[in-house]
Amino acid sequence: MRDTDKRPDPDALLDMVRREEEQKHRGQLRIFLGMAPGVGKTYAMLEAARLKMADGENLLAGIVETHGRQDTEALLYNMPALPRQRIEYKGHILEEFDLNAVLLKRPALVLVDELAHTNAPGCRHPKRWQDVEELLENGLDVWTTLNVQHLESLNDIVAQITGVRVRETVPDAVLERANSVILVDLPPEDLRQRLTEGKVYLPRQAEWAGENFFRQGNLNALRELALRQTASRVNTEVLVYRKGHAIETTWPTAERILVCVGPSPSSATLVRAAKRLADGLQASWQALYIQQQAEGAPTARALSNLHLAQELGAQTHVLTGPDVARLIVEFARQHNVTRIVIGKPLGRSFFDIFRGSPVDRLVRESGEIDVHVIKGQDPGNAPRQPPVRRARSFPWREYAAAGGIVAVATGICFAMYPYFELANLIMVYLVGVMAASVWLSRRVSMAASAVTVLAFDFCFVPPRFSMAVSDVAYLVTFIVMLLVALVLSAMASRIKGQADSAAKLEQQASDLSDLSRDLATTRGADNLVAAARRHIARVFGATVFVLLPSPAGKLEHVFLAEDEETLADKDLGVAQWVFDNGKPAGLTTQTLAESDALYLPLPGTEATLGVVGLTPENADALDALELPDRRRLLDAVIQQTALALDVDRLEERAKATLLAAEREKLRAALLSTVTHDFKTPLAAIAGSAESLLALGDTAASAVRRSLEENIVQEASRLERLVDNLLRIAALESGSAAPDIKLIPLEEVIGSALDRLKPLLAGHAVRLEIPGDLPPIPMDEVLMEQVLLNLIENAAKHTPPGTEIVLSAAVGDGVARIGISDNGPGLPSGDPEKLFERFQRGDRTTTAGYGLGLAICRAVVKAHGGTITAGPTARAGASFVITLPLYA
Amino acid sequence: MPDTTHTILIVDDEPAIRRFLAPFLEAEGYGVIEAATGRDALAASQDADVILLDLGLPDLDGEAVLQALPPWNRARVIVLSVRGREQDKVRALDLGASDYLTKPFGLAELAARIRALLRREGTAGQEPPSQYVFGDLAIDLAGHGVRRDGVEVHLTPTEFKLLAFLVRHADKVVTHGQLLKEVWGRHSQGQEHYVRIHIHKLRQKIEPDPARPRHLHTETGVGYRFVTMAS
Repeated sequence: MRDTDKRPDPDALLDMVRREEEQKHRGQLRIFLGMAPGVGKTYAMLEAARLKMADGENLLAGIVETHGRQDTEALLYNMPALPRQRIEYKGHILEEFDLNAVLLKRPALVLVDELAHTNAPGCRHPKRWQDVEELLENGLDVWTTLNVQHLESLNDIVAQITGVRVRETVPDAVLERANSVILVDLPPEDLRQRLTEGKVYLPRQAEWAGENFFRQGNLNALRELALRQTASRVNTEVLVYRKGHAIETTWPTAERILVCVGPSPSSATLVRAAKRLADGLQASWQALYIQQQAEGAPTARALSNLHLAQELGAQTHVLTGPDVARLIVEFARQHNVTRIVIGKPLGRSFFDIFRGSPVDRLVRESGEIDVHVIKGQDPGNAPRQPPVRRARSFPWREYAAAGGIVAVATGICFAMYPYFELANLIMVYLVGVMAASVWLSRRVSMAASAVTVLAFDFCFVPPRFSMAVSDVAYLVTFIVMLLVALVLSAMASRIKGQADSAAKLEQQASDLSDLSRDLATTRGADNLVAAARRHIARVFGATVFVLLPSPAGKLEHVFLAEDEETLADKDLGVAQWVFDNGKPAGLTTQTLAESDALYLPLPGTEATLGVVGLTPENADALDALELPDRRRLLDAVIQQTALALDVDRLEERAKATLLAAEREKLRAALLSTVTHDFKTPLAAIAGSAESLLALGDTAASAVRRSLEENIVQEASRLERLVDNLLRIAALESGSAAPDIKLIPLEEVIGSALDRLKPLLAGHAVRLEIPGDLPPIPMDEVLMEQVLLNLIENAAKHTPPGTEIVLSAAVGDGVARIGISDNGPGLPSGDPEKLFERFQRGDRTTTAGYGLGLAICRAVVKAHGGTITAGPTARAGASFVITLPLYA
Repeated sequence: MPDTTHTILIVDDEPAIRRFLAPFLEAEGYGVIEAATGRDALAASQDADVILLDLGLPDLDGEAVLQALPPWNRARVIVLSVRGREQDKVRALDLGASDYLTKPFGLAELAARIRALLRREGTAGQEPPSQYVFGDLAIDLAGHGVRRDGVEVHLTPTEFKLLAFLVRHADKVVTHGQLLKEVWGRHSQGQEHYVRIHIHKLRQKIEPDPARPRHLHTETGVGYRFVTMAS
């Protein structure tokens, strides 16, 4: 399915947008590219930097290697330079570039020499180019120097040309993403001249072997490489410009390249070749490793090849199955691959004679997909079998089981021998082979097939109990029997392998769905984290810890396994870095690989939500983490967890917003209540006074007296209101804790009644307080306020002549104080609502219920008691306060 | 001048309010009936010429009382409320109340509002006059003419409709909504800025000092009132 559409590719446009977006925040990278050491890259960089410095640019020489050359050192004069960090490693003091110091200083431009440098162990990143990446991501501009032979994809070519394999490599992506590349060129003759003058610093490694590297031919080739690299970069820029501006032109068809890697070291060459092909075609590419045995994990070598592909920008995949060619073609079709890159087979196996080698079959079955068969190079000095093969013990147990199966089959045959023909015995043996193939590995079951034929020959074929065969026809029987056994075992193993990988997929799917079910039914960050930790620990065999940030962005809340102590500062540091940068670090990654845990960020929609750490419990779990499919599963699990956390966070935020809105509504209600409660007495006072003035001497003395009383009463009502407001404010702010003493109740009631005397003039007040009532623990001032409010309510909301009863009793460790009346009763609705502050709002106003009852409840609560309202037996209203007798 | 021909109903659940209103109104010469609840108020409303209605009542909300009154009776209501919110006033006025006062209020103000209301009531049965003279302002509703100091003032049709409506409801608060409905039609709800702009132009034309109007008073947040007697 080739994309022959000539429209601008939306992916390309999106990619441009993303690129531009990134560019806005990213620092600018300028690379001074040279063909070999000694061409003057550092010198060129410093010279340019001096010009910048003259313009007043805030630059910092992060690390510059002058190798003692005086003219270079002269350029450093007066330039702000960063002291190197000193790292102790195996008794040596190593000096390294101090990444943290630069990030703290935040200069506009940093000079970092020798991009390909490998950092000493203990630095944050193993490679200097990773330090540079971090600087760029933090928005700092970086200038750096690079020799062309350090580019990853050119590694093989340079090794071919010069015979020197460079170990320090830089991914091509770094060069591709650089904002500008400056080629520092020097004719090879001049460079050799400088070399003889001793102006070129050479590292002391043997690989440089001095003169050898700097042969005229080598230099010419390297120069060509450098020039080409720069030219192809310029070409890319033109392309980017075209894509963005949609100039009418032919669009390169969307090519997708698939490279099939194996465990052999030559696969690395294959990977690099695919990378070059992909670059040339502007294509995306993927690397696929096919594991033929169903059991076990890919070998370390295969993984390192996959890693290399990933570093060079490929997506990596691992599939399991015996039929390599079919799997490759299926994968290629699924992923719309247009070209397959595969290595030339190094030998032929027995089966290839019948079926053709995998490569032959791939070429046959691939249809419209191009197949590039590339010679695996450089296998000579490396063993074909990976040296770091996982130490797998010889499967004694399986062979023993196979032997057992053959023995059992032989036993049965002995029992049958007198009654059945030999052909029937063969069937029994074949059943045994079937059983072996289903239960045991392919290799063992094939061995069992051979042993079966031998056992049959030895035990039953005349002459019995000898390997000799009397009738030549039996030889044909043996061959047929062996072939049938082998085919049977091959088919059974394949079915088993398919069942195994299906079971594995099924397991992964069920792990994921288990997790999502758990997360979906869980609320609250703590519980979500606990659920995720449980799952990850179970599925990945690791101790899992999770760190969540404080609002300030510092990782604080740590969730550890029960038996673990706190995290070390060093681990916290790694976690914080992961959180700040949103990238994984630690075990199996390129960053801080020395730590013993893998740290993964939890990506949220707005920001990183936290960090998950995994400490594998054993070597197997660690190996499993390296497998691409396990990593994808882990990523999916992390994504799900992050999503759940994100949803939870948003819910929390919505809740908080709702709460704030409620509070706002309450505040409005308070304002309205206070307005009402204040304005009514004010209106009465002002109105009465004005009436008095207006009426003057003409007023009857009774009218006059009534108006004057009105003023006095309303003024004291205002006073009580102010009192209430102040108290409720004090109680709410916590500045007024009740001052609890043992107080005789009648004292408080007496004082309250006294203060309310004018209001109670029209009401009958009856006291039902036993003479032997013990003193009750209370704050007398606050409780007087409560009684005042309750009695005032009773007086105000009942017609004159109503009886108000104050009662008290002690029992069950509490004192009960009741205020009841035989008036019209409480307003309809839930009596409990009366106590809710300002519940009354501004529509259904019943004057005075607003603040008074709210403060009553606040005070009684502060005493540890309760207050309830309800109807009395006589249809009036009744309020009951209980106060605990013992604190 | 005692005016015993009119009876005033005071509806307020606060005894303190009734306690000073009653003697004052009696001294003004009105007959006074008191009611503490909405139900009592509705029962007594037939006998009253003016109803002083508190919006916050224990049993029925003041607005419910207003709605329970027959529409022609609502015009006799002056709302007394502590509710400072303008939308409450607007709602009461839109329901048909004649006027409103916010507690605490001045008694002289109250007396003036009651007199204005009674004056309108007094002329309610008669054919409304088409000629009005307010000080130096002469308005001829039938002839669509307005004169200030004897000089013809030119008004646009909209301005004239606006002025005519205000004059017909002189001394009464008219809400933005009522003006919009009357002058612009019922589909113009929410377009209060129409009213503001035209009132502004009207003031420029008929008021000597538009910033301190003598007739076209603003009731902030509620509407306008055409005051007949310049104070």
